[in-house]
Amino acid sequence: MTTSNAALAESVPEQSGEWMTVCAMNDLVPGTGLCALVNQQQVAIFYSHRLDELFAIGNYDPIGKANVMSRGIIGSVGERVVVASPLYKEHYDLRTGECLESEEHSVPVYPVRCADGQVQIQI
Amino acid sequence: MKERIIVVGNGMVGHKFIEGLLNSEWAENYEIVTFAEESRLAYDRVKLSSYFSGSTAEDLMLTSETEYQARGVRYLLNEKVTAIDPATNTVTTHTGHTETYDKLVLATGSYPFVPPIPGKDQPHCLVYRTIEDLEAITASARESETGVVVGGGLLGLEAANALQNLGLKTHVVEFAPRLMAVQLDEGGGELLRRMIEDLGVGVHTGKNTAEIVAGEESRYRMNFADGTHLETDMIVFSAGIRPQDELGRQCGLQLGERGGIAINNACQTSVDNIYAIGECALWDNKIFGLVAPGYQMAKVALAHIVGESAEFVGADMSTKLKLLGVDVASIGDAQARTPGAQCYTYSDGVARIYKRLVVSADGKKLLGAVLVGEAEAYGTLQQICVNDMDLPEAPEQFILPAIDGEAAPGMGVDALPEGAQICSCFDVTKGDICCSVQGGAVSIGDIKAETKASTGCGGCAALVKQVMDSELTKLGVEVNNNLCEHFAYSRAELADIVRVKKIKTFDELLDSHGTGLGCEICKPTVGSILASFWNEYILEEQHAGLQDTNDIYLGNMQKDGTYSVVPRVAGGEITPDKLIVLGEVAKEFDLYTKITGGQRIDLFGAQMHELPAIWKRLIDAGFETGHAYGKSLRTVKSCVGSTWCRYGVQDSVGMAIGLENRYKGLRAPHKIKFGVSGCTRECAEAQSKDIGVIATENGWNLYVCGNGGMRPRHADLFATDLDDETLIKYIDRLLMFYIRTGDRLQRTSVWLENLEGGLDYLREVVIEDKLGLAEELENDMAENIGNYQCEWKTTIEDPEKLKRFRHFVNSDESDSNLVYMNERGQPRPATEEERVKIIEAVEVAS
Repeated sequence: MTTSNAALAESVPEQSGEWMTVCAMNDLVPGTGLCALVNQQQVAIFYSHRLDELFAIGNYDPIGKANVMSRGIIGSVGERVVVASPLYKEHYDLRTGECLESEEHSVPVYPVRCADGQVQIQI
Repeated sequence: MKERIIVVGNGMVGHKFIEGLLNSEWAENYEIVTFAEESRLAYDRVKLSSYFSGSTAEDLMLTSETEYQARGVRYLLNEKVTAIDPATNTVTTHTGHTETYDKLVLATGSYPFVPPIPGKDQPHCLVYRTIEDLEAITASARESETGVVVGGGLLGLEAANALQNLGLKTHVVEFAPRLMAVQLDEGGGELLRRMIEDLGVGVHTGKNTAEIVAGEESRYRMNFADGTHLETDMIVFSAGIRPQDELGRQCGLQLGERGGIAINNACQTSVDNIYAIGECALWDNKIFGLVAPGYQMAKVALAHIVGESAEFVGADMSTKLKLLGVDVASIGDAQARTPGAQCYTYSDGVARIYKRLVVSADGKKLLGAVLVGEAEAYGTLQQICVNDMDLPEAPEQFILPAIDGEAAPGMGVDALPEGAQICSCFDVTKGDICCSVQGGAVSIGDIKAETKASTGCGGCAALVKQVMDSELTKLGVEVNNNLCEHFAYSRAELADIVRVKKIKTFDELLDSHGTGLGCEICKPTVGSILASFWNEYILEEQHAGLQDTNDIYLGNMQKDGTYSVVPRVAGGEITPDKLIVLGEVAKEFDLYTKITGGQRIDLFGAQMHELPAIWKRLIDAGFETGHAYGKSLRTVKSCVGSTWCRYGVQDSVGMAIGLENRYKGLRAPHKIKFGVSGCTRECAEAQSKDIGVIATENGWNLYVCGNGGMRPRHADLFATDLDDETLIKYIDRLLMFYIRTGDRLQRTSVWLENLEGGLDYLREVVIEDKLGLAEELENDMAENIGNYQCEWKTTIEDPEKLKRFRHFVNSDESDSNLVYMNERGQPRPATEEERVKIIEAVEVAS
């Protein structure tokens, strides 16, 4: 399987650190997300089995103002891979963190990969 | 100084006039006084017969005393105007009350004509016009076994239907050689007779009743002029109407030779400030015995009074209706009386269909038509006739059966003038509908809401849709009911695909019929369809990612990301022990509790990781999931019923629990709510529910497609006096049909409004099994019910599934963002302001 998110390199400057293991790949139900606590940050991690790809973004919904993003439905809008907030259904691009409906809102994105069956995040 | 208008008669037409004035810009200039001879204000006489199928007098009301009071209309009930003095502009009532007017509007209507037959004035010899008449008929029917209706016209056949519904052996006696002699030709009348006889109604045409005497086997014997006779226990006279013109005669207004108050094109009588409208008025020597022309007169009279120009120039008397379940329509010169008229006739004795077109001598214009047994072409033909449009080549196509799936011929609504009246009940023109489309309407539901078109008799539904579709095409609006960018299909089409191809997963459907990755629209929709037909556990690995916000953690997500928990309390019945458990659980987990509108208890503020422990407690105590999170059956609300209530006639709680347990877990295009009331007092508010069941002495009345909430809709009476088994059968079929054909997030109320053919069609599908689907629908429902499981029980029994129920996959901490305040002794989420203060305080302290 492919690992980290290529598009991320440009949008996220200067990654400080190491890859941190947060869970096993098989903790993730295909096509859904879960939330991990990494350096006291809530991170939403999604696995698209159709793309065989992992995504990681901030778990905080900046519009709904609650830690819920990992519970959203993932899918596509045109060519963009997105998650819909479970509160009010705004779409966030899983590769860039942009909110499609509201330019001024975005969520952070994090590099994520699978290594030896483990999900790893850089933060 | 306001001008005073007195309206004598508060029937449909009188009320229409008042309503028109109140809604106009001139309302402020006038004071309105109305006199009603009956004990209530205007009600819908056209739908009078529905009184026998369960509607109450209340249901039929067109207005209310409260409304009249609120809008400043002075009304006097049970007050018959007996004299008018045009010299002093004064009216006097039978109680001696007098009142002066500036303008007087006579809307006194008509009275039933009773032929002068010796013996006609005995008890159980009745007429059919007012609610009181219907009450008398009902009372008489209780002491009778057979009933005769004298008169085989429109109203007579309606009365016959009523007698049959009351359980009487029913006969129709008609003086003319055929039924509906005014509207139908011989062929049409003959077929109608056969169809009505098949329903068990005796039809006796060409009979002149000579006398009514004491009977030998029944109460009465009717002796006919031809020497034959018929025995019956009761008689309803419905042999036509006569204008109620007594007042006109008394004060010297000009009348017609055979009655009726003569009016001009402005609806003025021979005295300038006295108008006459509706069935009491005679225009061009004609009385108009339908409501639509009466409404037109009301409009014209109103316009003339306020100084606008409008004229009454006659009215189209075409009619379409269902008589004893038979479709009958008559248009224009149905009997081909126009000199030189030619006819096309189609007659199918096997399928029981008769159709005739009457065309002009040169074959270019449609003069009239008769349709019996099948009347779908009515709208098109009536428009061609009324608007004097040219007939297309080969006009016979209008009455010939469609060949192998070919669409029925239309006339091309483009050819209709803007002013063509499409809906005669609410006087909606083609222009009105186009306007509404230009304003953004894209569905029949939109058009109905905006223009009221097709919400009266519904006869124009097909035509309204044609006009709407044509206008949408013209505007370049592509009517696209694709679910979303990933599926070029509607929800109903996807449901068919899933069902017929036995598709079991979203991926399978996306691969074969979709593109992209899916989204938050198609995933839950398909998840719901899969659940409706196969009813697998929704958190199975292949389904989990499809579930919407609430379904995916089997709880209702609240604004702060916590959940509310709602166990099922079927029918709202709960034991004290279970109540105690709910209290204990709420206390232990510090949950906010509230009673819901669906007669159960909602526990708020549960964090995701607490859900399994909460549900373990609840399930151990005998609860199961309430599906409050699903687009599925929610609750069956009930009143306490005959078990305790002094007025209850059936066990409504028992029925409600049975229904709730039968349909629990059933996933549908949207949520479904039921109500069951134990008597007509209707304490469970069943008529505001998707499925409403109301107890009667003899069983249950079934109401369908009601709604409360944002767009309230009174449920429609669907079937009456059902036994338990039939009730459940109809509900099974109806719900499955809804699941198959409903749109995404479309409640049953909107579904019905958009269903072509409306309530009648739904009855044909569910009760008469017109589509031959009934068995399949019942089987689908049985399969769904057979696969029911409590999703929470399945979840807590599977450690793998429980793994998802924690806030962090890699930590046991909980979400630190949650802050609660205490209000009225319970927790509630902190507001943004409170949260900031608290977090600051915590930081300072540390």
